[in-house]
Amino acid sequence: MDLMQGQRGTIREFSEHNLPVKLMELGCLPGNVLELVQIAPLKDPIYINLNGNHIAIRRSLAALIEIDIIVEPQAP
Amino acid sequence: MSNTLTVALIGNPNTGKSSIFNQLTGLSQKVGNYPGITVEKKEGQCKLPGGKRARIVDLPGLYSLNTSSMDERLVTELLLDPKDPNYPDVVVLISEVENLKRNLYLFTQIKDLGIPVLLAINMIDRMSRKGITLEVASLEKKLDTKIVLVSTRRGEGLDRLKEILADPASLPRGPIMDIGRVAPDYFGELKKAFPEEDLYRLWLSSSQDTNTTAVDLGALEALKSNFIKSEEDLKKLQHRETALRYQKINEALKGAYGVDPEKAKGLRASIDRILTHKVFGYLIFFALLLLIFQAIFEWSSYPMDFIDAQFAAASEWISENFPPGMLTDLLAEGIVAGIGGIVIFVPQIAFLFLFIALLEESGYMSRVVFLMDRVMRPFGLSGKSVVPLISGNACAIPAIMATRTIENWKERLITILVTPFTTCSARLPVYLILIALVIPEEGSFMGIGYQALTLLALYLIGTGMALLSALVLDKLLKTKGRTLFLLEMPAYRLPLLKNVGLTVWDKTMSFVLGAGKIILAISIVLWFLGSHGSSENFDRAEEIVGQRIEQQGLATGSLINLQVQLDSRREDALAQGLSQARLRDSLQLWTQELEQTAKAQEIAGYKLEHSYIGRAGKAIEPLVRPLGYDWKIGIALITSFAAREVFVGTLATIYSVGSEDEEPIKARMAADINEAGQPLFNLATGVSLMLFYAFAMQCMSTLAIVQRETNSWKWPLAQFVFMTILAYIVSFAAYQILS
Repeated sequence: MDLMQGQRGTIREFSEHNLPVKLMELGCLPGNVLELVQIAPLKDPIYINLNGNHIAIRRSLAALIEIDIIVEPQAP
Repeated sequence: MSNTLTVALIGNPNTGKSSIFNQLTGLSQKVGNYPGITVEKKEGQCKLPGGKRARIVDLPGLYSLNTSSMDERLVTELLLDPKDPNYPDVVVLISEVENLKRNLYLFTQIKDLGIPVLLAINMIDRMSRKGITLEVASLEKKLDTKIVLVSTRRGEGLDRLKEILADPASLPRGPIMDIGRVAPDYFGELKKAFPEEDLYRLWLSSSQDTNTTAVDLGALEALKSNFIKSEEDLKKLQHRETALRYQKINEALKGAYGVDPEKAKGLRASIDRILTHKVFGYLIFFALLLLIFQAIFEWSSYPMDFIDAQFAAASEWISENFPPGMLTDLLAEGIVAGIGGIVIFVPQIAFLFLFIALLEESGYMSRVVFLMDRVMRPFGLSGKSVVPLISGNACAIPAIMATRTIENWKERLITILVTPFTTCSARLPVYLILIALVIPEEGSFMGIGYQALTLLALYLIGTGMALLSALVLDKLLKTKGRTLFLLEMPAYRLPLLKNVGLTVWDKTMSFVLGAGKIILAISIVLWFLGSHGSSENFDRAEEIVGQRIEQQGLATGSLINLQVQLDSRREDALAQGLSQARLRDSLQLWTQELEQTAKAQEIAGYKLEHSYIGRAGKAIEPLVRPLGYDWKIGIALITSFAAREVFVGTLATIYSVGSEDEEPIKARMAADINEAGQPLFNLATGVSLMLFYAFAMQCMSTLAIVQRETNSWKWPLAQFVFMTILAYIVSFAAYQILS
């Protein structure tokens, strides 16, 4: 996952064996939107908004989630 | 079904489950542990309309019946086993209006087990602010359940909840989803093999790492192996199940639940930006820690001194007014003093849990973990371990109780085991007197005096040893499987006064009644051993000491103390303008009086020396001699197992100083000569003793609370043995090097 702070992305199709079931149950399913809210001061963990769920996960886990970055329309 | 209905409260964490539990049960709740494990068990009684009663069981918060921790497994195992005495007749699924979608995930799972479920949607007071709309009737129909809208903050919806519970038959039961769609072949076979069983129950039993006896696991396993050959196959099915459940939930919520995205963006984002900021975040957190530390170290000293004085007065009153004898002594010095030793901890525990409850309730604790996780992780500790470790610098008892907030058992256990290394306030009197004796007052390093530097070093050694042992324990302790770091960052909320109050009450009572029993028992034993002896010396103490005083005069310690007391009285008298003649008379009177007291104190010292504890202290002398200690220090080591600060009082008794003032004790200690004709308390012995107190588990109350929190004697004993051996080795090395 290579989002910048404040960026959003759509979760891609993934192979199940990588991700813990728990993350899927919290809404980490293909097509759902994920936002990177905050990165902890020591770069880890990271704070995400996953389909409306505000959770913090470690970088190593986040690395397994593949996403397509949503390009936000620039404010005029 | 008996007349009492068993109701289980189940829900995601942070849905206000405990608030609902508190409002339903009030003070009738009982907190205990589930047998064999350390998951907290909470239950209480609730009166229902129509004179019925319900037994409410509050289960640990969880997101799904697919479990990953001990707490969660407990819920799944309970719901799988209808023969369990806690198996619910009705489940109240507590959800929260903002995260309804995720909360419903667990709802559909429990519904599929065929248990009647009532859906309580909490925090409806936030609906309008968050722009949420809800069509209850339509949702009830689609989810095949009854829904109650609750606001614990306003106390709404609880009567309706009780009404429905009074008529449990009105709740629909039966699955909401056709679980067979996950894997039609496999589930078809399952249905053939277990025609009577609920399909989802079978699926859960076979896919989870549980020890349920409710179904024939062997037969289930055999069947499963034909269809599910690998961990990956299983995950694929679980993924499909998850997708199907969300599909079902989305269908149900469509048109019945709406969020206005403009209003939904609340305060949370802006508060989070400050509280998790790389500079301000830490500053705010450390300011809070400082405040907590101040409260348990400084503020609680006032009620503690008061409690101390009250119990001392009660003890004295009993000794004076009851007929003298063994029973009075037991009551005054054993039992009353022992209970005083328990109650004395109440202010610290109450203060610490007041803060912790506020941090937890407001949602701030999750941010602490977020900030500290990376710092604590290398030591095998949780971000939440910071609060207990810092509190341990005031007192290990409340600190160890505070580890309850750490969900991961291994991280919690490590925190419990290493917290006693931090420099608690009971070590201070011991350190201060030893520093004053052996560290030169003059001289400084970089502007800081040697004495202050030594104290600082002792604090650093304590913290360093705590972290170092955590590192070692992290490598040593094995746990089943990897635990997942997945932390919810809940919305910020104003803490509910009732919840905070109940937490403080709960923790205090659990200490007084739980660990208190052990502390009382040990203090009575220590009192007995210190005030009884079976030797002639002990029985004839008055006679022997009397004779000695007649022949040789008072002992050195008594003389020093007598002079100090006399000087201070003379100064007081002069300050009040007493004439020289009157002063002379008074002095004579005082001297007589003080000599009487001194004699009594010498008898007390002699008795202690020849009591069971005194004999034990002498017996361990060969053992502690390599550390630079003599039998007097040996006795003090044994008595101060009750609490570290007792060390000073014991030496005062042995040296017949009698008063707890530091000066006379110090003077007497400095005058003590060892066999080699050197001062007993030289640098080597002093440093060795300080290190011994830094590392040894010299506190029965800590052992008692560790026993209670880990629910076993294994951990406190291991901790005691390890810390004592470590202290011995370090003190030995220090003495041998320095002497």
